[in-house]
Amino acid sequence: MPWIVQNLWLIPALPLAAAAAIAVTKRPHRRFAAAMTIGTMAFSFLLALCAFAHTLNRGATGEITRQVFNFDWFQMGGDTVQLGWVLDPLTAVMLVMVSFVSLLIFIYSTGYMAHDGNFTRFFCFLSLFAAAMLGVVIANSLLLFFICWELVGLSSYLLIGFWYHKPSAAAAAKKAFITTRIGDVVFFLGMLWLYSQAHTLLFYDNAGNGCLENSTLSRMVGLTTTGGMMVTTGIGLLIFCGAAGKSGQVPLHVWLPDAMEGPTPVSALIHAATMVAAGVFLIARVYPILDPGVAGVTGGSTAALTVVAWVGAVTAVFAACIAVAQTDIKRILAYSTVSQLGFMMLGLGVGGVAVGMFHLITHAFFKALLFLGAGSVIHGCHEEQDIRKMGGVRKYMPVTFAAYAVGMMALSGVPIFFSGFWSKDEILHAAHRWPVSSVPFYLGVFGALLTAFYMTRQMFYVFAGTNRGGSEAHGEHAGHAHEPHESPAVMTIPLVILAVFAVVLGFFGTPAWPWFQNYLTGEHAASGLGELFRPDILFTLSLSTAVVAAGLWLGWRLYGRDPIQPAGEPDVLERPDHPVMHDVFTWLKHKLYVDELYEATIIRFNAWCARACSGLDQYCWNSLVMLAGYLVVGLSWVNRAFDEFVINLGFDAGCGGVGLGGRLLSRLQTGRVQDYLRVIGVALAALALFLMWGCSAS
Amino acid sequence: MTPLPAYLLLSSLLFSIGLAGALTRRNAILVLLGIELMLNAANLNFIAFWRYGMEPEAITGIMFVIFSIAVAAAEAAVGLALIISIYRHYKTVNLDKVDELKG
Amino acid sequence: MNLTFAILAALTVVSAIAAMSLRNLVHCALCVAVTFGGLAALYLKLGAPFVGWAQVLIYVGAVAILIVFAILLTRSDAPAQPVVSKSWVAGIAVALLVFGVLTRAVMTSEITIQQPPAKPEPTVLKIGTELMTRYVLPLEATGLLLTAATIGAVIIALQEPVSKRKNVAGSSNTEQAGGASPAPNPPIPGGHV
Repeated sequence: MPWIVQNLWLIPALPLAAAAAIAVTKRPHRRFAAAMTIGTMAFSFLLALCAFAHTLNRGATGEITRQVFNFDWFQMGGDTVQLGWVLDPLTAVMLVMVSFVSLLIFIYSTGYMAHDGNFTRFFCFLSLFAAAMLGVVIANSLLLFFICWELVGLSSYLLIGFWYHKPSAAAAAKKAFITTRIGDVVFFLGMLWLYSQAHTLLFYDNAGNGCLENSTLSRMVGLTTTGGMMVTTGIGLLIFCGAAGKSGQVPLHVWLPDAMEGPTPVSALIHAATMVAAGVFLIARVYPILDPGVAGVTGGSTAALTVVAWVGAVTAVFAACIAVAQTDIKRILAYSTVSQLGFMMLGLGVGGVAVGMFHLITHAFFKALLFLGAGSVIHGCHEEQDIRKMGGVRKYMPVTFAAYAVGMMALSGVPIFFSGFWSKDEILHAAHRWPVSSVPFYLGVFGALLTAFYMTRQMFYVFAGTNRGGSEAHGEHAGHAHEPHESPAVMTIPLVILAVFAVVLGFFGTPAWPWFQNYLTGEHAASGLGELFRPDILFTLSLSTAVVAAGLWLGWRLYGRDPIQPAGEPDVLERPDHPVMHDVFTWLKHKLYVDELYEATIIRFNAWCARACSGLDQYCWNSLVMLAGYLVVGLSWVNRAFDEFVINLGFDAGCGGVGLGGRLLSRLQTGRVQDYLRVIGVALAALALFLMWGCSAS
Repeated sequence: MTPLPAYLLLSSLLFSIGLAGALTRRNAILVLLGIELMLNAANLNFIAFWRYGMEPEAITGIMFVIFSIAVAAAEAAVGLALIISIYRHYKTVNLDKVDELKG
Repeated sequence: MNLTFAILAALTVVSAIAAMSLRNLVHCALCVAVTFGGLAALYLKLGAPFVGWAQVLIYVGAVAILIVFAILLTRSDAPAQPVVSKSWVAGIAVALLVFGVLTRAVMTSEITIQQPPAKPEPTVLKIGTELMTRYVLPLEATGLLLTAATIGAVIIALQEPVSKRKNVAGSSNTEQAGGASPAPNPPIPGGHV
């Protein structure tokens, strides 16, 4: 067993140790907290690089290396529950991405949170999150995966609600936790079902008995459940619900925009790059269940993947539509994340693990970049988050502007040089080729158009024109300069590094050189520039380019050509003289009223249930308990009464009777001789009678 | 010749009279008197049975009565001494008052 | 039924009843002496002269006189009190019961049917001989008994002169006794022997 595989557990364990250490340090030790976090993360990154290097080895026939290390956790009857970790290309690429992006964001946070009083607590939670996420990545057992998954959810809750005294932040944290919980419950059901069918929760086993391996899957493929649905499809759908919750697919997407209440590094790390990607990673991990053909099993059904693809496509368009009408800089990015996650799911559904994962990796970098850039802008604009109150930031924050522009172009999918173009193109290409339906392809195209459009809108609002901030004079800010200023180096350097990767990573997955796909799946796809010009690939490439150009032009036409109105005025699309557009825009601005729908139905129902339970508890169980109490009291009272009136009286009466008898009998002892004599006389007569009678009888 | 039952009845009657007196009179001396009467009735019984009995030559009845009379005399003496002693202690010979052994 | 018997019986019974029911104690004693005399006469009639005269000597001559002495010695100046005790009915009842039982016993026995034998002549010589031979042990015992009874009667009836004088002097301060004795009475003389 190679050294790195055996010690893979160190990668999440180091940040966990850092979190534990920081948890017991006092608040003023900021340097120590930051040093612990960043130091352990750097070390984990180095170990991740070692793991990545190890997986670059190929097997004899070019297949991927996959090594596992399993150990027994506890025994339950005849079964043993095992946990373990696995090192294969999927793990390695995620490890590198997560540790690297986390490291950069940690460094960024030292600058962003410098003015915050709870600096140490922040880094403790960040470290905990990093440990949990890395645990999710290396887990070889669905159980260990779930444990770390829940820990990730917990860290997310803690970090979203970091400023807990703000009611909106506390509510957002609660909403995030509960919404993901709904998905997690269904995920757990799927886990139970899988365990009952496969009798193991290990993904891969040294003996070939893991639940993702050929022998187990071929056994499960033959089974069907209600409605003729195959067991693997059922399990896959249940697990997908967990992924949908965590990755913000419609209808469980409602928590992601609200999660922007947390500090911006949190949004960047958790809600852009890593945690929301965990759902996509989950689907990638359990892909053989959704598509048993990957493990070499025939006769399996891919119905679950169809569902995944449809949900992804719908989410992509849904969220992109809403993003068009938002005015908070982070909220636009949040909806953009939801939309891109939809793209990733679409990619997984139509194209396989490599397609989805490629977009996940590239998205992690440019979305983190965008969020950190947004954080820089917010910081520079003195905590202003409304884009209507920004403007002209380009002049004041050039570095931020440059990095942000790179990120925006990557997200929109500007061709050739930006990674988003190549990864999104892969998805659209696979969707185009999908045999089941081509509607997701059209939805994806429309989503790409909208992505370019709203990002352009955001760019013009924030960076172009003149600064619209300060139109509402705050009392305490009236005196000093209200202009935006550039952020310190500790915040801009990570931006630059991320920008570099946002460009460079794209080249690892082009059709001309599909290194990423080959690395991940062990295939040998053809490479070479000639691949670019294959008809179907060329078609998709040109369509993507045309769509991006259309989006950019539309954005420029509406927002770039004429100067943007001051903050109080309605948006271009919101202007009352276009009634249809106005209504559509209003609907989109209110997020299509999904939250209100949930509030009216599910949350009301939940509150009703809670009230019913409370009433049940208060009146029913409480009464039963009190009844039992009263019963006992009554019994004890009866007992006491019995004791007092029956036993005591009986006893007393008995004693009294004995005493009375004694007193009565003692009256015979009158002390007078004559009375005794009388008794003797009677006795004499009686004796004589007895003798006479006896004698006469005999 | 008076029949034996007559003597027996007489002795029973005397016995009962003596018993009645012993049981009902207040004075202790009269109780003693009644007891003496009972003893005498018993003596009469003995003599009657001796006279009308199986073997008068064995003068058993007479012997018995002689001893009975002697013992009765002794007993009368002691009894009267006791009564005098009681009189000294209780200042009365009313037997209703002498009940210190009351239970 | 013989006439003498009837007269003697009636005399005895009447005097017995009188002895048991008279108010004056001396009259009772005298009546009981008459009863003893009647009984003596009955003994004589029954052919036991020794016993009869012994009865006269002892009972009439000694016991009755003794009783008279005792009556005289235990005289009290208390006012006239009822003759009989409080529950005299029970006493009469018991006596009647006993009489009834005895009568029944007499009446239902078979011993009365037989013929009486000839009248015997017990001489004093014979009585003496019997006493000395066959009944010598009871005789000696009776002698001992009489001695003991005499001594005992004397001792019981004896007054302790010292304690009586002390009690008379000390009756005014009862605390001196220490509360041990419940009543300031002279202790029973027989107890100090």
